[in-house]
Amino acid sequence: MARMPRRRTLTLAAIGTAAGLFSGLFGVGGGILIVPLLVLWCGFGTRLATGTSLAAIVIIAAVAAALHGAYGNVHLREGLLVGVPAVAGVLIGTELQQRISTKAISLVFAALLIVVAIDLLVG
Amino acid sequence: MIEAILIGLAAGVVAGLLGVGGGALFVPALTIGLGLSQLEAEATSLLAIIPVALVGAWRQRAHGNVDLRTGALLGFVAVGGAAGGVVLANAVPQRALEVGFAIFILFVAFQLVRRELWSVPPAPEAGAQA
Repeated sequence: MARMPRRRTLTLAAIGTAAGLFSGLFGVGGGILIVPLLVLWCGFGTRLATGTSLAAIVIIAAVAAALHGAYGNVHLREGLLVGVPAVAGVLIGTELQQRISTKAISLVFAALLIVVAIDLLVG
Repeated sequence: MIEAILIGLAAGVVAGLLGVGGGALFVPALTIGLGLSQLEAEATSLLAIIPVALVGAWRQRAHGNVDLRTGALLGFVAVGGAAGGVVLANAVPQRALEVGFAIFILFVAFQLVRRELWSVPPAPEAGAQA
């Protein structure tokens, strides 16, 4: 990769800071911000953006999990219960991504999020 | 418990497909499926994200889809924001966290729908994705 211009470094700093804040506050990786912003602001192709996002998330989630752990909020058993099947899922997901359109999955994912949000707001 | 495992699997597939950590699904799996509080679920979700993102990034690297330098830079500049987010999550009331999370995932859903239904076609090198 070419030497990074200053402007691009600032852009990445802005994306990273926002992703980190969302990560610590909401328990997510921040990929939902990283992927579209790498595409829109840094000219990444979609798949390069998703792969790069996952690499960034490894660091972001590790830092946020360690900090939450210091507050005593992390439950190891429950984390493994969802995390282990998810590792199998991500192997399927990355292979599928090389072959198919992600449009339908995005829309199903969106619908699921809307249901969860309504449940949270009403409940 | 079964539903938590199934949602975990689905979260992993979504993570691989969309390049996210899967937390938007881990959190409800942990609250609804395993009875954790919103704060505990968010913290535990982050733990579950680590191996998912690690394996996902490793597989994507094999396909040539990882810009490691940019990924590492993004991760390191995110540390300050992450620390702020964790402190804030522990400071606000539980209900505020639930409502905030609900609004966040509604925003995510809106982003996804907008990107899939109304966006301009992706850049040429991303064409194979469609």
